[in-house]
Amino acid sequence: MSGGGLNGRTAIVGIGATEFSQAAGRSETRLATEAILAALADAGLSTADVDGLVSYTIDPVEETELVRALGIPEIGWSSRVPYGGAGSQGVLLHAAAAVASGVANVVVAYRAVRARSGARRFGAARAGGATSSHSGTTAGQWCAPFGVLTPASWMALNATRYMHTFGVSSEDLGRAVVGLRDFAATNPAARFYGRPITLDDHQASRWIAEPAIRLFDCCQETDGAVALVVTAADRARDTPAPVTIAVAAAAALAGQEVATDHYSPDLSVMTGSTALARRLFDQTGIQRGDLDLLMVYDAFTPMLFMQLEGLGFCGPGEAKDLIASGALARGGSLPANTNGGLIGEGYIHGLNLTTEAVRQLRGTAANQLDRAELALVSASRTGVILARA
Amino acid sequence: MVDTITAMDALTHPVPAVTEDNAFFWRAAGQGRLVAQRCAACGLLRHPPAVGCPACHCLDHDVVELSGRGQVYSYALLHHPRSPRFRYPVVAVLVDLEEGVRVVSNLVDVDPADIRVGLPVEVAFEPTDDEELAVPVFRPRTGTARTGTARGGAGATDGDAR
Repeated sequence: MSGGGLNGRTAIVGIGATEFSQAAGRSETRLATEAILAALADAGLSTADVDGLVSYTIDPVEETELVRALGIPEIGWSSRVPYGGAGSQGVLLHAAAAVASGVANVVVAYRAVRARSGARRFGAARAGGATSSHSGTTAGQWCAPFGVLTPASWMALNATRYMHTFGVSSEDLGRAVVGLRDFAATNPAARFYGRPITLDDHQASRWIAEPAIRLFDCCQETDGAVALVVTAADRARDTPAPVTIAVAAAAALAGQEVATDHYSPDLSVMTGSTALARRLFDQTGIQRGDLDLLMVYDAFTPMLFMQLEGLGFCGPGEAKDLIASGALARGGSLPANTNGGLIGEGYIHGLNLTTEAVRQLRGTAANQLDRAELALVSASRTGVILARA
Repeated sequence: MVDTITAMDALTHPVPAVTEDNAFFWRAAGQGRLVAQRCAACGLLRHPPAVGCPACHCLDHDVVELSGRGQVYSYALLHHPRSPRFRYPVVAVLVDLEEGVRVVSNLVDVDPADIRVGLPVEVAFEPTDDEELAVPVFRPRTGTARTGTARGGAGATDGDAR
């Protein structure tokens, strides 16, 4: 059984975040420190309890700086996860594995980013090097000489094929965005708080990468930080509001890269999500129908559609129908991205999807669901299922 | 207005990120050849290059010239954001080559309205800032594209609707 030694044995006991903005006005190290202090306070723990740190390979914050600033006495585990945002839920897998194995007792997973105001604006056109700072892709070198310079342009090549194969239109994508912006409109932490849109608004937004991605299909470049505190399930019982990590999994496949999987035989199918679903569902016995909430990595709308299909929430090409049914929207049978998602709330590289799942399971979300016992967070190739403790 | 993008008015491409493992590809393009690695043991053709064969683990490979003929597997007209190094919309394509490998490239000499999945294409080459290196681009295979159609390009809806 995948992760059999991990399942249910650890918990998220604290979450913290800075404000999400377009100009934080302070360093990523400062942002991470603020989020971590908030997460530890939320957990009722202190920096002296922390003995593990996990982040993304491309996170700019130095562990040594965090340890110095926070006064962490001793670190027994530190690791980083590749694949950019697709690896975002992998930080929970690493944290859970470290705790369940006994190597560490309290692990902090964090991501700090100035995707809008920082030296590296995430959506900007930039020349590609041979690698991408160990983010899990080397494909940029084959794109940059052709002007394929942005995450949206990488993804659009997959998305056009997906839309061609299954007859998906920009309007189909737009219906999902309307739902996301509806959730964001009532989430005070969201970039688009108070700013819902109509399908016409979506269709009037300018093309970024035609015919797949309009402006309103894009997540928001965001400044901010998120931190989560993971410890053992038995220790978690002594904390104010634990959420159990029912299962955490990663599925990295040959040929699959971040948003740049241009070489798999059939780009209409997100094979990484299919593999992830095997580890999350087939190998644990958790049923998709047991879930009350989906949090799905929506850097661009087509990624949401392709993940829903890859994860098995509908058949290939049927995400447009699932979206049109309203099932994933406010009041639907399986609400998704209730914070507005990366498109509506902001883009802390996927980790703000996890904190929303924790809030829902605690009963403290801005758009609180009536029933929230079990939530899936998927970043296409890494994922967690969280359970109310 | 016909929004045809031609090789003639394309800018020089930025120099690719050349590594020990990929230099052969860009240098061959500089000589007007589209090439790929072929496993010296089992003959598996592969692109992008890899240091070993995923099928048989042989670490030796030959470099073979490809026909340069293929079909558009997917595409995107890139409008924003813009780099001063390119003309917009950039026509990005994935081309499935006859030999069975896929490449990221640009489509040139084409009315954007004519671009479609399955369009038969053939290779051409455009210069980079390094005169010894070039990039393989593609154009509709002769006789397969409607040319000179007097309609707006597919990028005509490019208003700023933010």
